Amino acid sequence: MTNLPTSTQRKLGLVIDLDTCVGCHACVISCKGWNTENYGAPLSDQQPYGADPSGTFLNRVHSYEVQPDRGAAQLVHFPKSCLHCEDAPCVTVCPTGASYKRVEDGIVLVNESDCIGCGLCAWACPYGAREMDAAEGVMKKCTLCVDRIYNQNLPEEDREPACVRTCPAGARHFGDFGDPDSHVSQLTAARGGFDLMPEQGTKPVNKYLPPRPRDSLDQTDVLAPFLEPVAQETKGFVAWLDRALGAL
Amino acid sequence: MHPAPSVIIFTTLSGLGFGLLFWLGLGLLAPAGWVALAFFAVAYLLAVGGLMASAFHLGHPERALKAFTQWRSSWLSREAWLSVAALSIMAIYGAGLVFWGVAWTPLGWLGAGSCLGAVGATSMIYTQMRTIPRWRTWLTPALFIALSLGGGALLAGQITFAVILLPVAAVVQIAWWVRGDRALARSGTDLETATGLGHIGTPRAFEPPHTGTNYLTREFIHVVGRRHAQKLRAIAFVLGYLLPILLLGLPLPLPHVAAALAVLSHITGILASRWLFFAEAEHVVGLYYGKRVA
Ligand code: SF4
Ligand code: SF4
Ligand code: SF4
Repeated sequence: MTNLPTSTQRKLGLVIDLDTCVGCHACVISCKGWNTENYGAPLSDQQPYGADPSGTFLNRVHSYEVQPDRGAAQLVHFPKSCLHCEDAPCVTVCPTGASYKRVEDGIVLVNESDCIGCGLCAWACPYGAREMDAAEGVMKKCTLCVDRIYNQNLPEEDREPACVRTCPAGARHFGDFGDPDSHVSQLTAARGGFDLMPEQGTKPVNKYLPPRPRDSLDQTDVLAPFLEPVAQETKGFVAWLDRALGAL
Repeated sequence: MHPAPSVIIFTTLSGLGFGLLFWLGLGLLAPAGWVALAFFAVAYLLAVGGLMASAFHLGHPERALKAFTQWRSSWLSREAWLSVAALSIMAIYGAGLVFWGVAWTPLGWLGAGSCLGAVGATSMIYTQMRTIPRWRTWLTPALFIALSLGGGALLAGQITFAVILLPVAAVVQIAWWVRGDRALARSGTDLETATGLGHIGTPRAFEPPHTGTNYLTREFIHVVGRRHAQKLRAIAFVLGYLLPILLLGLPLPLPHVAAALAVLSHITGILASRWLFFAEAEHVVGLYYGKRVA
């Protein structure tokens, strides 16, 4: 059903910490690894070893350089997967009812056997969180690892999304934003978690934590003064070479 | 946006076909027998041909019937219903004209209304996209409907209406282009809101997630050079609007030849303008990839 639920019992989602993400892409790989062999159609690759490799991913890591008015630029690694929006425009545009938001936990999913592969939901998502699989012709997106988080066959510590479980920097956190005491809610409150593109009106559940301010030293290396060139003026043969080359 | 031929052909031809059916249903012309059959055949070829072309855009065309289920929320689903309604009603109305030479007027009006509804629903699929600021304006449905009515009048031989409606469509087209060029900048979405990093400084896309292409870059990021866009706009404007208006409006010898040329020119011009409709449309996801029109 492509009408959105007016409210969901829980609001499961991720907190992504832009301060600690080191841009290692481990979450990209573990996401692809888990999701290509579990829920739904596999995440196909086209020409993986050819000249123009391409494939379906549910999570991708961008990198941005941020230049402040003063001081050095800062590099920010930026993982992005579905934000499981409360007002998900991808759901309401779907003509078949294949895209839906679950009432019980707010996860946005695609029922692949109903999807006609029209691509409209990917048009409607501002974040680029949905990708059409070129081999299956159906829409793929982050499932919040719905087949892990409730999976009684997995050990307790593995019942969280693959990307969260794998992140070596602890930059991804999973929990219920509907519960103000959950650690994701607390983390968001403590660190000033924010929404991506709030003006698009999607009300994302996932929150991003801003990078902490960096130290701003005047010089980056205390040894730098000792590395200045010793001889400022050239003499002898080198001076002659310098003049001769300069005259050319 | 990637200008997919299937969608360009679909929106152009089915718009024209529904426009022609609109004028037939309105009853200002009531052809009978073979003439009626010819008119309806052309209209159905355009409308149904366009709809079939759109099916090529689907990953699973065999499940297309499922697209009728979500009319409460989805414009694509509404479009499916309105198209089928328009085509069915007009088939019955057309049968009356062709076989019995009678025009069931109320049925014709109902059909004409559904035709406009179908074109309107098509345009709303694009208009509803907040992610594509160039499309998100009431000028989009206005343009689609004006073009469908104007082009339909041209095909239906309603010269008086065509020379009024085509200039109207031309004005809407220009307004749509002018507004569209500033739409993304005005939408308030930029890399700063996309990354939320604006409070630190000016963000710049440093490294994409992959060195190659992906579905998103192929489908949503299509950069047309400004110079080409201006040239294509000029071509679209001259062929789609100006030439047909002149051919119809001026007292030329051989009016039928002039009308046929006007139709050909109009279709070519509108195909060019529809190519631009998609090719020039910038999806906000392009911001994440550091891609803007040059
Ligand atoms: S991030 Fe995109 S795909 Fe995910 S719920 Fe929001 S709009 Fe839909
Ligand atoms: S691609 Fe599939 S899930 Fe997306 S809108 Fe079309 S039918 Fe719905
Ligand atoms: S929650 Fe699961 S599906 Fe979503 S990005 Fe993480 S690993 Fe991928």
